Amino acid sequence: MKRTIFSNQLLPWLLLAPQLAITFIFFLWPAAQAIRHSVLRQDAFGINTNFVGLANFRALMNSAQYLNSLQVTVVFAISVTLLSMGFSLLLAVAVDRMIRSTSVYTTLLVWPYAVAPAVAGILWWFIFNPTIGVMPYVLDVVGYNWNHMTSKTDAMILVVIASAWKQISYNFLFFVAGLQSIPASLREAAAIDGAGPVRRFFDITFPLLSPTTFFLMVVNIVYAMFDTFAVIDATTEGGPAQATNILVYKVYFDGFVGQNMGSSAAQSVILMLIVIALTAIQFRYVEKKVAY
Amino acid sequence: MASITLSNVGKVYAGGTRAIGDVNLEIADGEFIVLVGPSGCGKSTLLRMIAGLESITDGEVRIGDRVVNQVEPADRDIAMVFQNYALYPHMSVRQNLAYGLKNRRTPKAEIERRVAEAAEILQIGPYLDRKPRALSGGQRQRVAMGRAIVREPAAFLFDEPLSNLDAKLRVAMRLEIKQLQQRLGTTSIYVTHDQLEAMTLADRLVVLSAGRVEQIGTPLEVYRRPATAFVAGFIGSPAMNLIPARAVGHLPGTAHAGLVGIRPEDLTITPEGNIEMQVQAIEELGAQRLVHGLTGGETLTVTMPSDMPVSDMLRLSVRREALHLFEAESGRRIG
Amino acid sequence: MIENRPFLNLLAHLTLMLGVAIVALPVWLAFVASTHGPTDFMSGTVPMWPGPRLVENYSRLLETGVSTSGTPPVGTMMVNSLIMALSIAIGKIVISITSAFAIVYFRFPFRNLAFWCIFITMMLPVEVRIVPTFQVVADLGMLNSYAGLSIPLIASATATFLFRQVFLTIPDELTEAARIDGAGPLKFFRDILLPLSRTNIAALFVILFIYGWNQYLWPLLITTSADYYTIVAGIKRMADAVDGVPQWHLVMATAMLAMLPPVAVVIGMQRLFVKGLVETEK
Repeated sequence: MKRTIFSNQLLPWLLLAPQLAITFIFFLWPAAQAIRHSVLRQDAFGINTNFVGLANFRALMNSAQYLNSLQVTVVFAISVTLLSMGFSLLLAVAVDRMIRSTSVYTTLLVWPYAVAPAVAGILWWFIFNPTIGVMPYVLDVVGYNWNHMTSKTDAMILVVIASAWKQISYNFLFFVAGLQSIPASLREAAAIDGAGPVRRFFDITFPLLSPTTFFLMVVNIVYAMFDTFAVIDATTEGGPAQATNILVYKVYFDGFVGQNMGSSAAQSVILMLIVIALTAIQFRYVEKKVAY
Repeated sequence: MASITLSNVGKVYAGGTRAIGDVNLEIADGEFIVLVGPSGCGKSTLLRMIAGLESITDGEVRIGDRVVNQVEPADRDIAMVFQNYALYPHMSVRQNLAYGLKNRRTPKAEIERRVAEAAEILQIGPYLDRKPRALSGGQRQRVAMGRAIVREPAAFLFDEPLSNLDAKLRVAMRLEIKQLQQRLGTTSIYVTHDQLEAMTLADRLVVLSAGRVEQIGTPLEVYRRPATAFVAGFIGSPAMNLIPARAVGHLPGTAHAGLVGIRPEDLTITPEGNIEMQVQAIEELGAQRLVHGLTGGETLTVTMPSDMPVSDMLRLSVRREALHLFEAESGRRIG
Repeated sequence: MIENRPFLNLLAHLTLMLGVAIVALPVWLAFVASTHGPTDFMSGTVPMWPGPRLVENYSRLLETGVSTSGTPPVGTMMVNSLIMALSIAIGKIVISITSAFAIVYFRFPFRNLAFWCIFITMMLPVEVRIVPTFQVVADLGMLNSYAGLSIPLIASATATFLFRQVFLTIPDELTEAARIDGAGPLKFFRDILLPLSRTNIAALFVILFIYGWNQYLWPLLITTSADYYTIVAGIKRMADAVDGVPQWHLVMATAMLAMLPPVAVVIGMQRLFVKGLVETEK
């Protein structure tokens, strides 16, 4: 809170007007529309619209496709989070041992942040292309026949790798910052107490890093759930046989391609509830961090 | 330049807490007034009310002939020196000095003349093109004063301007501020919690406690005849001994008083003394020493030359004129 | 580092080099592919080393593009992307910094309500409410326009919070000094707040430029006219279109071009970028 303030009454509204106008027109109004449509159902010709209460939600809960999408999303989000964070933590710990070469390695590792998810998808799609890709060629040598266009598992692996790759820089930067904020004296004390490097990592470093780890976990889950639309669209388009059809992809697909407004709206509402829950968790974390 | 008048000035916060109550003060043109009191006594709030940075809920503040209660700070014709200097970090010293003048559309040549003049007075000429972060604490302090000087305002308001400096620099700057004010003759109101700073700077002191004026007077008046027990204890170092009258009831004239005040320097050690003190601790100050002890169950401090021998039991005497007598409840002076 | 163990140091370096190699692999392969001709992919495997057609492939793309995919020259798409990224970055910064100024430095009725309205945008990512948002933009006639590409994306709670945080750390005395120096709110904003927020603005700009440049779903939906295609959204159309078999060398060259500006910004402004990233999440 500021002690000193200006007394104008009109000016603050003028300053807020652009932000509020955009928020109302492009955020709140569409969100309200989504909520409204989620309790309505149109007939096949789009002429009559009826209030159907929670029927759209019930239909979703009974839809094998939706439940499959939910399951796919959970598997996908957890895989992306674990793969990307594990790999980044390994690199961050290695960099933390460096004295002079930290910034060189950082430069070499930060740039994937800037690559668009869609482009990341295209790049990995190319590498894993069954006819001309490098990876299927290598895998063939060891006796694995890769084809993400027919194999559900291969398709999932492809989108997980492409999505995790893009997130490495972000996780790496936060882990490095987290490691640097752990006082050296704690690790020195542990060393004097006779703990070797590996022991020290598990007994001292990793527990003290837990706020960063927790924060990154939430961020990565949000990323995997909402920002990977482009990765999916550029590689598998949700297939094969719905194997990579995550929730945000399904909302889009049902709404634009399937033209099923009621169902798509109900899916939007469920997704909003998920984001609100995740944001709340993130903010509780932030508050806690402030209290330290 | 102008006089400043406060009539029945008070402030109540929105929550109902009273910060300042019923202050009356007439400041003559060119006078140096120091508002002094412990932290939380409302001295800064009162200064900020005069500056226009806090609203005035009761009474009237006049600068010159004008009631300024509703006037914006910029239009009150005052300049302020802040405790943390509040220099604009992204502007050079020259820009810092000129900013207020530029906003008033002062002609360029005039701005240059005034900046040069202030730089000359404060000897900050060599630093005019530096940024504040490249300056030492003392230099920043000078720039903050320069920003006030260039404005040629009706009054300077100082809000604890020396408290961020180390002890030695503080003493030096104190003298400079005093000389500068005498040279410019600008009405000044200065806030501090340091009673020594207050004593050395002020033409008149205003001692505040809990949002109320305890006493207004010249430093010597306040020192010699503190109006309340609070002032007696606050002004003077080492602090005045304030003892319940029953502990020294045998002293003449103390029969009706609640509290008896005796300055440590007014106590003399003589074999005939009628106050007995059991010595508990001694602090050496070099030229003299402070002796702390107990008399009639109350603590007492006395200053004595450091070459005088100290025994476990001292006999002290005090002149009748050096006794300050206060009422027990209100703390008001009664003799 | 506590004890000096050469083996561990070596291991750390090896880990990092392997990490860098894995991270760089896809881009290296894309670059290699972008320097070959179409026939080099027929043999069944992708070449591992650059070929001779670097200049030829890139200049063809930038000037004429891949006509069979219905996409305009890549040069045009890059200009569109640049316009969108700049509009989004600058737009977000402008409306956020003025909002933060209003919220921090004024007291007015419904101030908390306004604050919550902005806050809630954090919980409504565009992917989640894509259908109704598209509908609003279509109703406003903003399809196939630069305004439609950028304006719906420029509300930002994150940027508003960042500036609010920055303003809260600016000492009150500075504001008071400015008031006594005769600065009204707008003058204070221009002369004091903006210059003091300079590095934050720059750091935020880097992040938001990347955010804007990398938009995919939104431009894909609201541009049906090739004149407004952006490169990130266009690349997918290009990969999809060409008779089922993509012209790999051109698709990869386009991917390289799509990465180049944001990657250059991140590497060129690394220090600002890292600061911006870490601070927006505080």
